[in-house]
Amino acid sequence: MNPALLLIADSRLPAGGHAHSGGVERAVASGAVHDVPSLSRFLRGRLHTAGALAAALTSAAALQASCTPISPAPDTTEAGTRDVTEAPPATEGGAEGGDDRESPWVRLDDEVDARTAAPAQREASRTQGRLLLRVARRVWPSSVLDELARTVPDPHHPIALGVAAHAAGATPEEAALAAAYHAISGPATAAVRLLGLDPVAVHALLAAFTPDLTAVAAQAHFAATSAYPAPHLAPRWEALPAYSAPALDLLAEQHAQAEIRLFVS
Amino acid sequence: MPSPPTGPTGSIALPEPAGGDVRTGERAGRGTADGGLGRRRAMRAHAAVATSLSVDGRTVVGRLASAPPLTLRQTGPYTVHLVSTAAGPLGGDRLALDVDVAPRTTLELGSVASTLVLPGEGESEMLITARVGAGATLRFTPEPTVLAAGCRHRLIVRLALEPDASVLWREEIVFGRYGEEPGRCHARFDATCAGRPLIRQEFTVGDPALDTSPAVFGAARCVGTTFLTATAKEALVADGVAVLPLAASGTLVSALAGDAVELRSRLKWGEKAASVDGDDCVAYGGRTGGPGIQ
Amino acid sequence: MGANHDDHHHAPDGRGRALRLGVGGPVGSGKTALVAALCRTLGPSLSLGVVTNDIYTTEDADFLRRAGVLDAERILAVETGCCPHTAIRDDIAANLDAVETLEHRFGPLDLVIVESGGDNLTATFSRGLADEQIFVLDVSGGDKVPRKGGPGVTTADLLVVNKTDLAPMVGADLGVMARDAAKVRGQRPVLFTSIRQDPTAATVADWVSERVMAWSHTHATPVS
Ligand SMILES: Nc1nc2c(ncn2[C@@H]2O[C@H](COP(=O)(O)OP(=O)(O)OP(=O)(O)O)[C@@H](O)[C@H]2O)c(=O)[nH]1
Ligand SMILES: [Mg+2]
Repeated sequence: MNPALLLIADSRLPAGGHAHSGGVERAVASGAVHDVPSLSRFLRGRLHTAGALAAALTSAAALQASCTPISPAPDTTEAGTRDVTEAPPATEGGAEGGDDRESPWVRLDDEVDARTAAPAQREASRTQGRLLLRVARRVWPSSVLDELARTVPDPHHPIALGVAAHAAGATPEEAALAAAYHAISGPATAAVRLLGLDPVAVHALLAAFTPDLTAVAAQAHFAATSAYPAPHLAPRWEALPAYSAPALDLLAEQHAQAEIRLFVS
Repeated sequence: MPSPPTGPTGSIALPEPAGGDVRTGERAGRGTADGGLGRRRAMRAHAAVATSLSVDGRTVVGRLASAPPLTLRQTGPYTVHLVSTAAGPLGGDRLALDVDVAPRTTLELGSVASTLVLPGEGESEMLITARVGAGATLRFTPEPTVLAAGCRHRLIVRLALEPDASVLWREEIVFGRYGEEPGRCHARFDATCAGRPLIRQEFTVGDPALDTSPAVFGAARCVGTTFLTATAKEALVADGVAVLPLAASGTLVSALAGDAVELRSRLKWGEKAASVDGDDCVAYGGRTGGPGIQ
Repeated sequence: MGANHDDHHHAPDGRGRALRLGVGGPVGSGKTALVAALCRTLGPSLSLGVVTNDIYTTEDADFLRRAGVLDAERILAVETGCCPHTAIRDDIAANLDAVETLEHRFGPLDLVIVESGGDNLTATFSRGLADEQIFVLDVSGGDKVPRKGGPGVTTADLLVVNKTDLAPMVGADLGVMARDAAKVRGQRPVLFTSIRQDPTAATVADWVSERVMAWSHTHATPVS
């Protein structure tokens, strides 16, 4: 395993993840999640639906990134330092450089959109994706991250995650694993804060999910590979999984309309 | 306790147990389906319906190719109903239905009864491929698919639209008959417009560890969605139903319910909100509340 | 949103962007009242933006918008998931995003004020988010608070002790507070205010505009 994966999967990665509960806050408010066993059922469902989807899309993004050769950004005398005068001119939606609608990043982003029916979830995904992209560009400067930022300034989170993992040197399957873990670690932490659960009990729960994480990541990566049969062939977008979770969609929209909330999503 | 699944007009007609014998051509007694619900071989059937535009601009149902157990009956100028002429699908069955709505024509496709998916040898599959031409209208509103215990089913829908097509596509899945644990079902739905994706969704029913998860179906016994090309102005959510404007265009109404009647009323509420809200917000009086909410 | 192509924060020296001022301090000490006062006093002469970090939804942002001290669109709220100090110290991504969104939409700005969610004495702003920070205490917590120190009290660029009008009622000795604060803060300034009595917070506004002036001298937009 590439050690960079530890950084990417760490909840302390300063990319805004701490403010998202992945539907847990609303599930707690409704009483559906109220203790460790009900949290466990929530997380299992989330992992095998939204988590499996995110993992596949993350792996797809990493695969797509690996078709673009990595080159370190030109102005990286010191990680993260970049004089604003040398930065490329700000472009709205990337006006230059050909038709960005045909960019594979735009198309992959459209594919994530089509798999995310709930507007509140699309918004949460884009917010997290944008913040992660910002962090990743400073931590792991690379041309493919710059290219993503240029064509899709606020990409969906799985895309940002897949490309960031690629820039950090992780494999697509490792990226999928990070996505699967992200799908349950954030909600688990949120539940600890919201319900005052025993953090050790919740971590034991996460530990018990490790075989599921491995399986979800492997299947997701397999599915993503079948969507990218070969670098010179057009991706088979419909081959990417599209797992949905009706209850998560409802929770996301209820949350967006809630008067009082602590988490963004 | 959830009440038994019933259709909107009363009770749903479950196929007769003896239905297996009705099939012509392929009757035979290999394999037992659902403990005495009839014995027959797995079937392959490919039915099709297509419209065309008459010279005076009306819709003509030009092609109606039944393939038992998928029997199609024209019930109105542009209305066609699926009439089940056998039990099932049963495990091992491979059924396909092609729907072709020519540009500027209209088709309403329904079914006279719900579909009861039964176990058998292997997995059953229902594949629906629909093409809706420019300016055409398709309403697909069949009765629910009921997953009997032990079934293993795949339900695949591929919907390809041309610009300006107008579609309402409803899908309802009931988790087993009254008091019954459902078999397994994997449903996948893809709608594209001019080759670009509008909605892609799949879910699995019948994994007890996941079905009851508060993230997946929770306490629900039915799940349903309606895809509409009309785009709702904003997301709405009520008890067990959400109206979700899609990113590209169109709306998904997504509902969970304890029984089929409740599911239907939730979906219909969402369909109304989505289409009226999307076309003319003023005409629709109540945006707050929802089905069953006064 | 979508400020990714506008990564001003990548410039470590902050050239060409607004001064970012953090306003932190315990719950209810008067942070929002101070932000409103600063907008009122500085709004006419400076181009401003405000980011609030509410604990529950968007209460502070709504208050400021209702107060009408600044165009409603120039006030953005960030949700912090039960952890107000994480959002200003450990994981500042959402706040940076909000700050840059304001600069992107309304820039060039002179000053962006980030109000933290009410927290405890240990909460301070990351230097990656705030160039200057004000820590707001009030007298009602008792005159012992400055003595207790904590990073907010000790290291903030300005310590504001608010609600001096209440001092007689709670028996707080302002002299003691001033002496204790000076002990832990050295040369760093301390101001006593009653925003109730002076809704312009004139002394604090003077300090802020002086900091903005200094910032714009040393961080003028580069000619490119
Ligand atoms: N008496 C008195 N009350 C004040 C003064 N300044 C603010 N208040 C009041 O103190 C209360 C809290 O003020 P806020 O400005 O909301 O405090 P805050 O620090 O923003 O609070 P949180 O954001 O909830 O942590 C309000 O009722 C204010 O009207 C003051 O100088 N004197
Ligand atoms: Mg406040």
